[in-house]
Amino acid sequence: MLDCMPTGTVEHTVGKINPAKTCQPMGAMYAALGIHGCLPHSHGSQGCCAYHRMHLTRHFRDPVLASSSSFTEGASVFGGAANLKTSIKNVFEIYRPDVIAVHTTCLSETIGDDIPNIIRESEIPEGKTVIHANTPSYQGSHITGFANMCRAMVSYIAEADMPIKKPQVNILPGFVNPGDMRELRRLADVLGVPAILFPDTSNVLDTPLTSRYEMYPAGGATVEEIRDSGNSRLTLALGTWASGSAGALLQEKCGVPCIPLTLPIGLKATDDFVMALKSGFGATVPDSLAIERGQVVDTLIDTHFHYQGKRVAIFGDPDTVIALVEFTLTMGMKPVYVLTGTPGSRFETEVRQLLDEAGIEDARVRAEGDLFELQQWIREDPVDLMLGTSYGKYIARAEDVPLVRVGFPILDRAVHPLMPIVGYRGCLRLIEQISNALLERRDRDSLDEDYELVL
Amino acid sequence: MAINEAQFEEILTPYPDKVRKNRKKHLLIRDTTEACQQIEANTRTIPGIISQRGCAFAGCKGVVVGPIKDMVHIVHGPVGCAYYSWGTRRNKARADANTPPEQIFSQLCFTTDMQESDIVFGGEKKLAKMIDEVVEIFHPRAVSICATCPVGLIGDDIGAVAKAAEERHGIQVLSFNCEGYKGVSQSAGHHIANNNLMEYVIGTGDRQVEGDFVVNILGEYNIGGDSWEIERILEECGYTVNCVLTGDTSYLDIRDLDKASLNIVQCHRSINYIAEMMETKYGTPWLKCNFIGINATAQSLREMAQVFGDEALIRRTEEVIARETARVTPVLDQYRKVCEGKTAFGIVGGSRSHHYQHLLRDLGMEMIVAGYEFAHRDDYEGRQVIPTIKSDADSKNIPELHLSPDEELYREAHVHLNLPKERYDELCERIPLGYYAGLNTDMKDGSVVIDDCNHHEVEELIRTLKPDLFLSGVRDKYIVHKMGVPSKQLHAYDYSGPYAGFNGAIVFARDVANALTTPAWNLITPPWEEYEPQGETDA
Repeated sequence: MLDCMPTGTVEHTVGKINPAKTCQPMGAMYAALGIHGCLPHSHGSQGCCAYHRMHLTRHFRDPVLASSSSFTEGASVFGGAANLKTSIKNVFEIYRPDVIAVHTTCLSETIGDDIPNIIRESEIPEGKTVIHANTPSYQGSHITGFANMCRAMVSYIAEADMPIKKPQVNILPGFVNPGDMRELRRLADVLGVPAILFPDTSNVLDTPLTSRYEMYPAGGATVEEIRDSGNSRLTLALGTWASGSAGALLQEKCGVPCIPLTLPIGLKATDDFVMALKSGFGATVPDSLAIERGQVVDTLIDTHFHYQGKRVAIFGDPDTVIALVEFTLTMGMKPVYVLTGTPGSRFETEVRQLLDEAGIEDARVRAEGDLFELQQWIREDPVDLMLGTSYGKYIARAEDVPLVRVGFPILDRAVHPLMPIVGYRGCLRLIEQISNALLERRDRDSLDEDYELVL
Repeated sequence: MAINEAQFEEILTPYPDKVRKNRKKHLLIRDTTEACQQIEANTRTIPGIISQRGCAFAGCKGVVVGPIKDMVHIVHGPVGCAYYSWGTRRNKARADANTPPEQIFSQLCFTTDMQESDIVFGGEKKLAKMIDEVVEIFHPRAVSICATCPVGLIGDDIGAVAKAAEERHGIQVLSFNCEGYKGVSQSAGHHIANNNLMEYVIGTGDRQVEGDFVVNILGEYNIGGDSWEIERILEECGYTVNCVLTGDTSYLDIRDLDKASLNIVQCHRSINYIAEMMETKYGTPWLKCNFIGINATAQSLREMAQVFGDEALIRRTEEVIARETARVTPVLDQYRKVCEGKTAFGIVGGSRSHHYQHLLRDLGMEMIVAGYEFAHRDDYEGRQVIPTIKSDADSKNIPELHLSPDEELYREAHVHLNLPKERYDELCERIPLGYYAGLNTDMKDGSVVIDDCNHHEVEELIRTLKPDLFLSGVRDKYIVHKMGVPSKQLHAYDYSGPYAGFNGAIVFARDVANALTTPAWNLITPPWEEYEPQGETDA
């Protein structure tokens, strides 16, 4: 596997070899699917839309619908206004969504199409909504695109139209699976705090099979809910990379205070999430939740010898990776290589801070990195475990390291979009996966006389 | 199961007038009494329509160029295009006598990862530097550069960058101007890739190729290991497979593509340009084959043997067919019990919707709706319509290579095949050399042929015709499942395969039978609903 990889240090300073990120529009498409009755629209050539739908479908194994402006060479020369207007007309007539969420591509961005103006000049039926986000593929990553579409939801839809804020919380869940979004809502429910969650892909990308296909499934935040988010008392922006800018805009536009939090993956981050709801709304933490938390602590104590002190490489999207660094530290593991493909030195600062606090000194931390680099590090000084996306599987095989699949995308395993890794229950799932991976490895590598029934 | 005009009109009713008028031309109900049923194809998709189509980049890098295993393929553009075409198409590759494992780069992804400053100031320097670095790190035999949308818009001259890099490194650097907005679908990218491989690579090798019956397999991408199975069969018959274009192939092999006596063409759409250009330049004859389905495979093998006209080859071919058929048929018969009489839709790329009709028939199934994403009229109606196809603004943007016979290497087809001229002429009467009859000829009366099918039509055709099986891509797969209909990916084979040849037929039959019979299909209705009176069924 990967026999072509060089040995020793090499000069790799431009471009990416085995990237650990993709482009903005795909993130924007995912975010838009979290609006009820929304058809994401890709303003570019067909290939973009086809690729994004393919990629999202492979991760979620559920329908991902989106339309395209189908640029040809002519549109690329003369601008895509006519294509977008025709698209808006046709989409509302044929596919009848409540909302069209337009995102741009590197093609339409390079041309410089003025999307707000084109939307203003388009035929939009009464009661229907068109929003847009600029998502140039040559800036940031898919996480930036997700964040930009979340921000567009606020800028186009959210309104503060009540004199007094309602005792309800806005939860911006970040780029997580529908199973995670479902779990976040459950936690708010358990704490008795009414919540507006957006985007919300639960009941959109984890729908049941009933033989009755609906192009727009029951889930997703409604336009009405997003509008009402301007009247909420508090916003919790989970993961600053994906949710920070939408949360900040809600504060600026509608005066809703925003608390940025680490994605609630892991015990401490979940504690912070629960405490934010408790202190913001005077919520009582019920015994059932205390039991869930206690089970996590119990499991951590009971199984620590499965993973404590193990060297782990963590890669993926910044919000997920930061939370995983925190949780693996809670587990007593050593995150020695931490990498995201998304640009932004703040990532390195935040991870360094966590590692410093834990007394881990020899770690390598990289924003805007690639998996070629990660593999070079692992070759130089191996790790016991990798935590990251399916793209890590080649390194895992070449370097003979177990890989626990976490984050986006996971293309070679199923069910994960339905199983939360957020919250206390999510902690148990992560502990189980990490323990099992290391124990499988121990079993595989042990001599017959060391191969034991009880571990 | 046939469709009638009224049902047909109903499907088109929700469309705005312009869309309806357009889409009508891309759909036909098969009527074998009509001499030539015309369909519109290879024209623009209407903006806003949820099409299955991709772009020129996908056709060039994703389909034709990407599988070449010993080249480093650098995608010049923002990160996305490289990322989505990384490891997603299942074109398998492995080391062989000419290519050691350390020369295989198939599992890697290279992108210049253009940033805003590159868009503003140009990305040529970055591209040049990246070529320098990857050549230094990996020492590939050759490098490709594939352009993405913004590259053409900002005017980066990737050809000049490639030329300069060739001079610096002494290896070939191919540049493909396959920006996604070119043409109307992947098809434009196939053509661009074909042109460059023909112009700059094919015929540059000096390898001696041994063997009495040397063939190339064109338009076979080794999805799920298909070409390995086809090669196994051909080698057992006595052929030497010189090169597969481009499944599990190497740059080295492609250079010697001209050394074969016969080109066999599996995917007509993506590679017919090279087949035709090689015929012009080298005189190499080509034969359209289909190795999907046991009867189709047997027919293709028989036609190939006839083309060479060698008695021993014909005899060995019959032995292989007899042995393999005897081995495979009893297994298929088991699955046939499940599949017999069932109907399918096939809406795939530019050849599979035709090829798989034969394999389905081996299982007693019939394809009642068939369509291509990015085909041209000749893929539906047959190559005889090519001279009548008018080029439009979009197709004019794709350059045509005008080749003439190579002064040294051109030989007439019968010389390639080692046949007397009269025997070759007589052969042409019987075997459709250099011809493809298209999909329509295999469709039964009342079945639907559909070009550039879209989401609305998929949904409505399923509701109207209620097929037992839907064969398409991953974007449709789960939609169709939600409607209660089994669906198999015919681009990625649901990560199974091979589906080609005799062994592939068994794998396909097993996969289809499993899809049709998996026990969960009977569990959709919860028990608490089963016993409650339900409006329609109870009334």
